[in-house]
Amino acid sequence: MPPSQEKAEPAIAVAGLRRDYGDRPALDGVGFELTAGASLVVLGPNGAGKTTLLRVLATLLRPSGGEVRVLGCSLPSEAWKLRGRIGYLGHEPLLYRDLSGRENLRFQARLHGLERAAAEARIEELLRAVEMERRADERVAELSAGMRQRLSICRCVLHRPQLLLLDEPDSNLDVEGRELARELIGPGAGTRVVVTHDPERHLPEADQVLRLGIGEAAVVS
Amino acid sequence: MYGKGLKPLSITTVAMLALSLSLVFFYAPLDGDQGFIQKIFYLHVPLAMTALVGFIVGGLFAIAHLRTDNRKWDAYSYVSIHISVIFGVAVLITGAIWAKASWGHWWVWNEPTLVSFLIVFLMYATYYPFRYAIEDRDRQARYASVFAITAGAFVPLNFMAVRMAQSLVHPRVFATSNGGLPGEMLVVFLCCLVAMALLWVTLVKFELTAKSASGQVKRLRRALDAPAAGGGSRIAPEVS
Amino acid sequence: MTPTRAAFAAILAKDLRAELRTLQSLPAMALFSVTTFVIFRFGLDRTSLSGSLAAGVLWATLLFAAVLGINRLFVAEREEGGFDAIRLAPIDRSVLFGAKVAALVIYLAALELVAVPIFAVFFLDGAGGLGPLIAVLLLADLGLAATGTLISSMAVNSRARDLLVPLVLLPLVVPLMIAATGATEPLLALGGPSYHRFGTWLMVLGLYDLIFGLVGYAVFDFLLED
Repeated sequence: MPPSQEKAEPAIAVAGLRRDYGDRPALDGVGFELTAGASLVVLGPNGAGKTTLLRVLATLLRPSGGEVRVLGCSLPSEAWKLRGRIGYLGHEPLLYRDLSGRENLRFQARLHGLERAAAEARIEELLRAVEMERRADERVAELSAGMRQRLSICRCVLHRPQLLLLDEPDSNLDVEGRELARELIGPGAGTRVVVTHDPERHLPEADQVLRLGIGEAAVVS
Repeated sequence: MYGKGLKPLSITTVAMLALSLSLVFFYAPLDGDQGFIQKIFYLHVPLAMTALVGFIVGGLFAIAHLRTDNRKWDAYSYVSIHISVIFGVAVLITGAIWAKASWGHWWVWNEPTLVSFLIVFLMYATYYPFRYAIEDRDRQARYASVFAITAGAFVPLNFMAVRMAQSLVHPRVFATSNGGLPGEMLVVFLCCLVAMALLWVTLVKFELTAKSASGQVKRLRRALDAPAAGGGSRIAPEVS
Repeated sequence: MTPTRAAFAAILAKDLRAELRTLQSLPAMALFSVTTFVIFRFGLDRTSLSGSLAAGVLWATLLFAAVLGINRLFVAEREEGGFDAIRLAPIDRSVLFGAKVAALVIYLAALELVAVPIFAVFFLDGAGGLGPLIAVLLLADLGLAATGTLISSMAVNSRARDLLVPLVLLPLVVPLMIAATGATEPLLALGGPSYHRFGTWLMVLGLYDLIFGLVGYAVFDFLLED
């Protein structure tokens, strides 16, 4: 790190994070910091708590203990301030099956309070970026998993979030889809936390790596 | 911690119950119309009043649980409702006995208080399958609190609506309200009320103590890596 | 934070659009009502109803049909990865409660638009009481929607969810049913509509709506937490 760099507040600061699942801890004593603009890759075997960690950061789960600060907001007390500034890509596409892609994105835009004209422009821009503009008027239920994933990526970045939380972003995407996604949620897209089962692809792009094990967590930079 | 004071409380309760029962049998005047069986009213009404207050208390504990997120309030709420439901069974049975003695039928629809109580009882009886149906413990506790609060709000509304549904033609069985009781009956009634309230508190404390003890045993087992005892309850909240 | 009105409109529009496109709940509710009327005709061995019997048949049928709709209220949210899309948005979460209640009121009103005239044709001698019945229907719909939404949002996350709604909802709506039938019975009386205690029953309905609307609105945030 260049010596002249000022110590700005990190985008994410986690210390001693614990999240219980019934009686057992799903996360126990996780700690790391992520500087703004950097990419953190989270690795670990199944059941290590990677998705749980992401969901805690996304304010979908409340931490059972420890300190979590995301984008200057302390969780869980200030979670409400954080929503709208993060983009979450989970295992489920979070799309309503009976609506079309465009209708889904418009719904998201309205939930985020985006002004109508600006939202329309943004939606078209994103659909073009993932090459879905022609199929965006079909019901989501009729689309393949890969196309749903592309729409979900649009949904994730629609409101220009300051932090991306991506849970296995490449799942269901073909080679072309992955390349298109790179533009929107790849390393250049801003501060990111990426959970992946494909270390070969994501490790080269990582600024930091977090390895979660069953019962322990270690940060490797 | 919960067991503290349980012994003196139990003794007081037993004493109070003994006193009340002897008053009922030997002191309370015999009712001209209904005879001896009327005395079941001294059991029935205090049981009912205690149970209803117990349900409301369960709702209050539930509010505390949602606000503080401390699991102990959920345990208090659960136990309060549990004991009140048991009291409720006793209320309905004693109510049926009284109805049989007064009207010749095991159940009467024109006694609004009894009918309201039946509906409230049915409402709270669904508390158990409701809890059982929600697997995640945290969510179960939260939803149960919502249930207890909703049901608590429902109780007064229900009594009001059922009373209004009464046709004005049918006379009510229990026409004399508490304020209309003659002196001796009032004394006995109040004694029984206090005894029932004490019984409720004792049973709640007892159940909390029992849960606390089994909770501690469970934790010790876990700490010692001993195999867990089979068949823990899926719905009863753990008490620390 | 997105303003409440915008979020409310967005969620309500989304629900109505999905329902109009798939027509999952409405036709089923209407068909169920008409079939139930037929069952009552044979079960009671009556071809004409009035007074308390008419009120009872009408309200029991509407209630059971409503349960069908209530069961399906949150299914879309459940299927699409839980309620995450709503929970991630910068909105007041109680807005979801308000929007779902509004949607359910609209479904119930649409149901009644079909079921009540058919009921009148099947069983009633005159349509005189139907006008004021609208007030009763509206107020009862609100109360039914408030409690239905509350119970449905909890049931959708549980096992045996189709069982849980009727089980828990039915005792909860007893006061509502008492008031609704109390107001309806004199309207459908044999000699023509009368308004015995009409205002009182409407007030009870209003009180029920207010209490459970407030309770639902207040606790909904806790229901969406995790």
